[in-house]
Amino acid sequence: MNKKATALLAATLMLGTILVGCGNKNSDSSKGTKHTVALVTDGGGIDDKSFNQSAWEGMKAWGDQHDLKKGVNGYNYAQSNSDSDFTPNVNKLVKAKYQTIFGIGYKLAPVIEKTSKQNPDTNFAIIDDVVKGRKNVASVTFKTEQSSFLAGVAAAKTTKTNKVGFVGGIKSDVITTFEKGYIQGVHAVDPKIKVDVKYVGSFTKADVGNSLASAMYNNGEDVIFHAAGGSGSGVFTAAKDKSKNGQKVWVIGVDQDQKADGKYKGGNVTLASAVKEVGNSVKNLSNKAMKGKFPGGKVVTYQLKDKGVDLIDDNMSSATKDAVQQYKDKIINGDIKVKAE
Amino acid sequence: MKLKVKSSWVIPLVAIISGFIVGAIIMLIFGYDPIQNYASLFDGAFGGVYSVGETLRNMTPLILTALGFSVASKAGFFNIGGSGQYLMGWFGAIIVALKFSFLPGWLLIIVSILAGALLGGLWSAIAGVLRAYFGTSEVITTIMLNYVSLYFVNFAVKDWLAGKGEDSSPNIAAKASLRGNFLENLTANSTLHWGFLIAIIICFVIWFYFNRMKSGFELRSVGINEEASKYAGMNVKKTIIMSMLISGLLAGLGGALDGLGNFQNISVSNALPQVGYDGMAVALLVNYSPIGIILSALLFSALQIGGMSISVYSNTPTEIVSIVTAAIIFFVAIKYVIELLLNKRKNKPQKKEAVKEEGAGK
Repeated sequence: MNKKATALLAATLMLGTILVGCGNKNSDSSKGTKHTVALVTDGGGIDDKSFNQSAWEGMKAWGDQHDLKKGVNGYNYAQSNSDSDFTPNVNKLVKAKYQTIFGIGYKLAPVIEKTSKQNPDTNFAIIDDVVKGRKNVASVTFKTEQSSFLAGVAAAKTTKTNKVGFVGGIKSDVITTFEKGYIQGVHAVDPKIKVDVKYVGSFTKADVGNSLASAMYNNGEDVIFHAAGGSGSGVFTAAKDKSKNGQKVWVIGVDQDQKADGKYKGGNVTLASAVKEVGNSVKNLSNKAMKGKFPGGKVVTYQLKDKGVDLIDDNMSSATKDAVQQYKDKIINGDIKVKAE
Repeated sequence: MKLKVKSSWVIPLVAIISGFIVGAIIMLIFGYDPIQNYASLFDGAFGGVYSVGETLRNMTPLILTALGFSVASKAGFFNIGGSGQYLMGWFGAIIVALKFSFLPGWLLIIVSILAGALLGGLWSAIAGVLRAYFGTSEVITTIMLNYVSLYFVNFAVKDWLAGKGEDSSPNIAAKASLRGNFLENLTANSTLHWGFLIAIIICFVIWFYFNRMKSGFELRSVGINEEASKYAGMNVKKTIIMSMLISGLLAGLGGALDGLGNFQNISVSNALPQVGYDGMAVALLVNYSPIGIILSALLFSALQIGGMSISVYSNTPTEIVSIVTAAIIFFVAIKYVIELLLNKRKNKPQKKEAVKEEGAGK
């Protein structure tokens, strides 16, 4: 009986391989005269309300600007459902002849390093990490400690309890940069304010984010800055629940303007958002690549000065806004140097 | 009886075809081209040596978690812990490969693989012992052990293996890797590694174990009727623990091979690896047949690897592929309905009256 099963399954699969022919034709028939770009997500989709989404929106904006469509002749994304998808995703995009390929997130750095060596004619860009010594790889980093510093200032100016919180995703260099910047900002305003730091241990666990944030709010911390990707939506849920019960609490969003996430019947819990213009960086690099000026081998750093990172006002009081502006000027002038570690 | 034998291949086939049809209907409803998408799916899975390499590599852990699930199922247990055991195996192999890197390459690889498999096996044996001596439901214990392993491994990776500020271990030495220049050159730099060969060999070993060995027979016998097996003089407790141990060994081996071959390191995971659950579906599709698992794993792997190509060449979201996979599993799960339908059609000419009577009775 097993023999029959084997034969039949094999037959179905073979049938499949016959179909392969048409697939190839479809993809290679029309040659793109314009530049084509694609990105690989670092886990989760392009709708994560955070990092991957900003990158994808930047890419879409670039496509609209140049009248390109999603697909092999324009721009596209490949979603990674697990870490083992990174290599096949990057290679599939190379095979589909995308000319510039973005790895969104430090997790993709080793894969970009390897595939860039195997495919010297394709441009690669890595976001949030540095790949050294490859002429066809541009590295993009963000001085998020600066925007986090401003988030700290906003939190310190807003808190009534002199206790504020931080919720991180996975503890790693990229995220601790947020934490350190935030603490420096809070203490620049008032060194006596207590900062409680908690990590979810994941970027995708909204439930854990929710319970951590609830506990923090119960403990009297009335402003929480989150740098937890998808887990951060749990922080918003917790804040909204507390607000509905009459407790005034705030969340500072991350990566993109999260004002919409803070909306509930009767108000909004998003104080501000520490944005990181991943989208703009993707757009800029795509444009440079299109003009043949791709900064391969270089590290491109985005900071407050060039609006690569920023603190966007969502519901700040005018006094808080003024304070944030003052510190912002000082950082841009170089009067304040925010440490990343 | 005759029909039963036949249905062993009819049902998976009907399930697969139905799954693809449902996927096609969904694509049509949402305005995507199913033919083009299935074409890029097959191209992504089998078009060229690179794709084949990736598909075979992706099969490797699927085969082993499926075998692990099968062994427990044949003994009558539902081992949901494949993901945790896989993770423990992955962790065990990497930590040994990193800490014992002074050993010569061949020995290091063997020791690392064994360490991973053993850790997975012992992990699952915990549930086996609890079941054998206290009657604790293995469904509950293996699910809970999954979470323990996830958080334990995350903790251990962060505290013992990863450098400061990092969330993954360093890479293992090249001599401990299961990848090789030969396979890389053969498959145009795919991630195919020698673990694939090991997985295929293990399939035949397990087939032999089930069908030709006393211990394998006892295992199946306990699965069919625990009480009768006890009456027949078999050591049921030992068999229960044994089945869970082997089940975990296999899933752990899957993790070890994936770690040493595919990932080359271990990092903090957001969630339990999906491969443990996918392995269950792979095993269910072919009703736990060890040889059938090879083909079933090939199908699932092709869907996963090929599925990534769908959105590269068209506007269709990758979620569609997940729907096809889910539809196939769904049709396998309702195999009794398929059995019933086939049965009715078969019996209609001869037993028309009986069917009628049944209908009238209602």
